[in-house]
Amino acid sequence: MQMELFQAIANMSGANFAQHLVNGISLGSLYALIAIGYTMVYGILLMINFAHGDIVMMACYFAFFGITIFHIPWYITFVGVIIATALLGAIIERTAYRPLRDAPKNSVLISAIGASFLLENLANYLFSGRPMRFPNIPLLSQNISFGSVQIQAISFVIPVITILSLVVLLHIVNHTKIGMAMRAVSKDYEIARVMGVNIDNVISTTFIIGSALAAIGAFMWGVKYPGITPMLGVMPGLKCFIAAVIGGIGNIKGAVIGGFILGLGEIMIVAFFPQLSGYRDAFAFILLIIILFYKPTGLLGEKITEKV
Amino acid sequence: MTTVLKVDSITMQFGGVIAVNNLNIDIHEGEIIALIGPNGAGKTTAFNMITGVYKPTKGRILYTNDAGEEVDITGMKPSTIAQLGVARTFQNIRLFKELTVYENVMIAEHLHLKSDFLSATLHLPWYNKEQQVAEEEVERLLKEVGLWEERGEKASSLPYGKQRRLEIIRAMATHPKVLLLDEPAAGMNPNETDDLTAFIKTIHDKYHLTVFMIEHHMDLVMEISDRIYVLDFGQTIAKGTPQEIQNDDRVIEAYLGVDEDA
Amino acid sequence: MKKKRDLILSVILLIVLFGLSWLLNSEMDSYVRRIANLCMIYAIIGLSMNVTNGFAGQFSLGQAGFMAIGAYVVGIFTVPVAARATVFYAVPMNPAIAGIQLPVWAALLGGGLLAALVAFLIGAPILRLKGDYLAIATLGFSEIIRIVITNASSITNGALGIKDIPTLNDARYIFLATAIAFVFIAALINSSYGRAFKAIREDEIAAEAMGINLYKHKCLAFMISAFFAGVGGGLYAMLLGTVDPKNFLFTLTYNFLLIIVLGGMGSITGSMFGAIIVTAGLEYLRIFDEPLELFGMNIPLFRPGLRMVIFSVLLMVCVLFWRHGIMGTKELTWDRIAQFCKNPLAVFKRKGAAK
Repeated sequence: MQMELFQAIANMSGANFAQHLVNGISLGSLYALIAIGYTMVYGILLMINFAHGDIVMMACYFAFFGITIFHIPWYITFVGVIIATALLGAIIERTAYRPLRDAPKNSVLISAIGASFLLENLANYLFSGRPMRFPNIPLLSQNISFGSVQIQAISFVIPVITILSLVVLLHIVNHTKIGMAMRAVSKDYEIARVMGVNIDNVISTTFIIGSALAAIGAFMWGVKYPGITPMLGVMPGLKCFIAAVIGGIGNIKGAVIGGFILGLGEIMIVAFFPQLSGYRDAFAFILLIIILFYKPTGLLGEKITEKV
Repeated sequence: MTTVLKVDSITMQFGGVIAVNNLNIDIHEGEIIALIGPNGAGKTTAFNMITGVYKPTKGRILYTNDAGEEVDITGMKPSTIAQLGVARTFQNIRLFKELTVYENVMIAEHLHLKSDFLSATLHLPWYNKEQQVAEEEVERLLKEVGLWEERGEKASSLPYGKQRRLEIIRAMATHPKVLLLDEPAAGMNPNETDDLTAFIKTIHDKYHLTVFMIEHHMDLVMEISDRIYVLDFGQTIAKGTPQEIQNDDRVIEAYLGVDEDA
Repeated sequence: MKKKRDLILSVILLIVLFGLSWLLNSEMDSYVRRIANLCMIYAIIGLSMNVTNGFAGQFSLGQAGFMAIGAYVVGIFTVPVAARATVFYAVPMNPAIAGIQLPVWAALLGGGLLAALVAFLIGAPILRLKGDYLAIATLGFSEIIRIVITNASSITNGALGIKDIPTLNDARYIFLATAIAFVFIAALINSSYGRAFKAIREDEIAAEAMGINLYKHKCLAFMISAFFAGVGGGLYAMLLGTVDPKNFLFTLTYNFLLIIVLGGMGSITGSMFGAIIVTAGLEYLRIFDEPLELFGMNIPLFRPGLRMVIFSVLLMVCVLFWRHGIMGTKELTWDRIAQFCKNPLAVFKRKGAAK
């Protein structure tokens, strides 16, 4: 194994490495954007929003319909997709999670799985299972040459948009009234409620923000990886949840760090050990087990002890 | 008298908070010991360390087993400590709520079963024998505590006082040498408290138990304790017989507070 | 006395059902037989899932992975040696196993045992997790198992799958396997170990304080669950005659989730009812996937995929409005049936009245 690694490194030119690095960073950024949705919901409701990955998938279809079918300019579609996806997130919370607010945790978990499965099947039914091609946006998908290597413009756009989104998000969470309410609810649900925080509003807002970020991620995901299928969101969804756990669930910065670790790790493993590329999807799960074993609260998470 | 449980300068720290600081307790066989102190003094934390729920940051807990050997139980699994003979109840009643009264007590007999899971599943003769012994004992215990008639009811459907008794008898079904009671009389009226006091005395005498309890009802504490430890801010501020404690200035201070201007 | 009566009645019921399976086999066409067999196989796997999720209270989503292990052991070791070269045409089978052919029962048992072994190995790190985390970790492992199977071509034939597995669409044998699984698990749940599982489900901290070793019992439940899922997977492979990694996507686990949610988490008899309703229902819902013409008009609503939409809506409705399913944690016992015969209306009375 070690010999092969040296071999692989020796064969890899600096330019090649730079290409992998850019790919890793842009994949990591996408994971980060989607992971934030998981971490925010978990921070407040202590549940995995299993449907989050499928919200990403739906956003890709929204973009497909907007640009390819209705010929709306891509930048307008982009905004439309964010709004539609945010709405979808709010609807899911309303119908699948709110009625179970006081139910046992397992019921909520089952409902979340049901919502995810329903979205997948609905997409399969409405849009057919045949893969569709995400609309081509030449401005974003054009290749830029750096000597011998070519890198897609979107790979540079993704980290920039991610950082911008993060700045806006952190501003909302840290400097607005609703952001303060969100932090209060995630710190102590009961106390926040007793203190008069409108829990329903906070939860809806959380889902709206998380879904909007997922929509931004989905749009860029589609440009970079253009095949859309009803099951598109499943693997990224699971991986982004894992990214959120690695960073420390409930912690926005943690989710971003986790996303980057996962994205870069995946790309680099495939780059250095091409023979392991078939196990690429297993990497995230193995990382999850390791982190849960050694640091169950994640890199930035706080320790919680159960009261006896 | 032999020491059955020896708490040797244990400390528990949660982040920056020191919940229990350098606690020493010696419990002799057959004693009834009370641990009192204001809310948040670290009493339940001490219980949790003794029963293995928390591992102390510092210090040791020694237990003398049936063979008379001293065993270091610090940081052992709660299930192992229970098997050694230390049973407990919980401050906020932790019954198996959806199961019947009978099942609740029967579960505590599980640790005495030597049959492996295959012989238990196939109900082989030696398992059935063990099972029968356990059944007889559960029946005896439930009759003793007056819950035999309610054996088929869900544990959560019992009135509060009976739930407390069920929890004690469930702990008894593990055949403990030392029984830890965490606020057994919490939320009870004076009549119920008297009944409970009598009940604790009865099982103490009948089963040669050592009892260690946390309690706020001073009548109960003063009536049945041999010795009392008083905890405040994680530290022992007094120990002694009920008479000694009643006249201790620091105890009165801790409970009534000190006037700043005095 | 009552115990003896129940035992006799149960034995009679099993004999009658076995007779029925005999009839089913000789009188019914292969389509009906296939559905009936699938019901029973799904019942075994649903029940296996109920051991962890319903009785021990550990929410695991690994059933598809354990099924895959059982299915592949059966697939790899029962394909006739002579036929293997044509099945493994892309990558030849590893010579170490190419010559080994096992009888069906041994392959089924072996599949179950291997699944239990895998459960034991992964149990150590993941059974410390709770709730959602455990769900994600088990789901992840189920996917890892599938990924490993897809990549280990010289053993599993990779993505091509294994064809020419000797088929078993015989209700008698499948009934026997189902009966053994149900009797075994019912006996387990009614033993001291079963009570320990329930104690863990109700309150882990109290269970531990009562001397129940959490890890040991969780691991036991997980292994038993994996064992029966593996056996069920093996039977499933023999019913289909082929296996392919895509058969064992984690969404397969959702079928069993619906079975236990509908039947009742923590009910043995409920698992059977759930399995029959879900499996037969899924077959029946196939009409929704066919184009429908009414009065010469093509109703556009009916097209492939509608069946699964209905299926997932059912899962949601079930958990939103009917959380305890058919049985909750109760069982359909002879006592209950006797009571019902005496006073059929009592069933409709409120919970408080019934015991």
